[in-house]
Amino acid sequence: MMNSLIRIYAVMRKEFLQLSRDRLTFGMIVGIPLIQLLMFGYAINTDVRNLSAAYVDEADTHLSREFVADMMASQVIVMKQRVASAIELEALLDAGDISIGIAIPDDFDRRVLGRNRPAAQLLVDGADPIILGVARQLSALPVRFDSQLRQPVQAPLLEVRNYYNPERRSAVNIVPGLVGVILTMTMVLFTAVAIVREKERGNLELLINTPIKTTELMLGKIFPYILIGLIQLVLILTLGWYFFQVPIRGSLIHVLAAAMVFIAANLSLGLLISTVASTQFQAMQMTFFFFLPSILISGFMFPFDGMPVIAQNIAEVLPLTHFNRLIRGIVLRGADIQSMLDELLALVVFMSATLTLAILRFNKRLD
Amino acid sequence: MSAKQIAITASGLTMRFGSLVAVDNVDLEITKGTIYGFLGPNGSGKSTTIRMLCGLLTPSAGSATVMGMDTRRESESLKQRIGYMTQRFSLYEDLSVKENLQFISEIYAVARSERKNRVDELLEIFSLHDRTKQRAGTLSGGQKQRLALAAATLHKPEILFLDEPTSAVDPQNRRDFWETLFELAEQGTTILVSTHYMDEAARCHSLAILDEGVKVADGTPKQLGESISFHVVEIEAENPNRARLCLLEEGQIASITQLGIKLRVMIPKAVGDPLNLVNGKLAASGLAAKTELVFPDLEDIFVAVTEKRRERQA
Repeated sequence: MMNSLIRIYAVMRKEFLQLSRDRLTFGMIVGIPLIQLLMFGYAINTDVRNLSAAYVDEADTHLSREFVADMMASQVIVMKQRVASAIELEALLDAGDISIGIAIPDDFDRRVLGRNRPAAQLLVDGADPIILGVARQLSALPVRFDSQLRQPVQAPLLEVRNYYNPERRSAVNIVPGLVGVILTMTMVLFTAVAIVREKERGNLELLINTPIKTTELMLGKIFPYILIGLIQLVLILTLGWYFFQVPIRGSLIHVLAAAMVFIAANLSLGLLISTVASTQFQAMQMTFFFFLPSILISGFMFPFDGMPVIAQNIAEVLPLTHFNRLIRGIVLRGADIQSMLDELLALVVFMSATLTLAILRFNKRLD
Repeated sequence: MSAKQIAITASGLTMRFGSLVAVDNVDLEITKGTIYGFLGPNGSGKSTTIRMLCGLLTPSAGSATVMGMDTRRESESLKQRIGYMTQRFSLYEDLSVKENLQFISEIYAVARSERKNRVDELLEIFSLHDRTKQRAGTLSGGQKQRLALAAATLHKPEILFLDEPTSAVDPQNRRDFWETLFELAEQGTTILVSTHYMDEAARCHSLAILDEGVKVADGTPKQLGESISFHVVEIEAENPNRARLCLLEEGQIASITQLGIKLRVMIPKAVGDPLNLVNGKLAASGLAAKTELVFPDLEDIFVAVTEKRRERQA
């Protein structure tokens, strides 16, 4: 028992020494979260603004000009130019110069008053569903007649009360999700590579000929990276709070607890990969095979409930799905970890399964 | 066990990789406290045999015991009692000399109180004390090899497996290295060393010659020399090339090797008087030469036993 602890400690210390000398990896520990946070935080914006647009106004009446001005005032679109015909509008759309075209026919005023036909047309680059969503939003824009209101504004059927993110900022949702994404990438990759590198350099042939036990080796490899994962977590949350004003409403202890289990789950997966891969390149490929679906179907990018059932079922296997729910719950909603124990349990199950497989697969023999 | 204590035994040890038979039915019996050599060209199964004896590879057939322990079932408990030096440098190149040894001492769970002393002692023995802080990756071939041996002997193993330990080392370092091996053997360590250098093999107490996975001969260098069915005649001729051409015509001569101005000729033992045969042949061609019957060296033995096997196969 005592000997076991000595050996685990020895592997840990060696791992730290090597890390401190591997400047590139060391840089990645800090660099990856920093760059990705800024990149994703600023780039991913589902709250679309400033789509380029053009319009044709064949009516050219007081009312139609007012209508165009209202559209521009919404800030959703930026009018790039006014063209002479709907055909030119289509050409611009084809060329990709604009995402939205507005065609106002010459009988615009009559159509508005008549109310039985649409008054104008929106030409939309519908290949991008997000832009299509914006078009729907625009089509609901009312036409005002000067300053006087013809009809009293009808009270909407439903009132939207926006919880947790009243300003509708994407970063609020992205940053906590990013914690999981970055940890998935770095944790799986680091451990997978850490063992495969020893295989490649021949260190493993020496190690497996010593009394060290597989479990001791694996634990010694995992502990240093848990610490690194926690450093990354703190870094991302601090930067998210500083750059994007993402609040942490729940308890920090709960965040740490959830992250610890999630990190351990990813590290176990990394170990499992390392027992399959024989070169660092293979380890990297396998990591990405796992990483991409994690990003796409874990609920990080798209709402989980909107996905087909089969995708949801696959997503339930991925640790990132459960961690996203945990971290968003704790950080954004101030939820208590005890109310999400099933998510935590899922992570523990994933970790136990992969770690057991890794230990079983890791052979202290060469055959 | 008799007066002669046995450290390693193997019977019918076989390793197949697919259709390739890397090690074919090898029997071994290695006495405690001796240096035992595996001599053979690359690909003759030396490394594979060592790996099976360490318990790193599971034999396809046959069995082996090391210090009375079965290499299949008891490989884990065996690890504390054996030391293994891999063919390729396998310590951590990004750790310093001292850090590497400290790491190994912890892995073998050397008692805390002894750890520092043992590491310092090894640094002294292997003259690495002035390089303690140097990264292992920047050491020279000879220094790396000394560090590897230091690491392999750190836990004072009873048996040391060395897989081509001197392949990247200059002659002076090789000589020093072998002196260390003899010191270790004197202290009771059994050493199994693989090599393809004849001069190294000649230093071993006894050795096995491997060829394509088959053990073609074994014994002490003296026994091996006596066992082969050839006489070896050394010829010092004024014109070795002409002498060689002349002797090539003689059908009873098995092989002729030129070493500088000397020729080494192998003649089957069936020929009663080899000197007479050679002298007669040379005199007939009018070539002046000094001839002498010599004891076969390992190269002669190696050629003789591997040729014999090929003939049998053909």
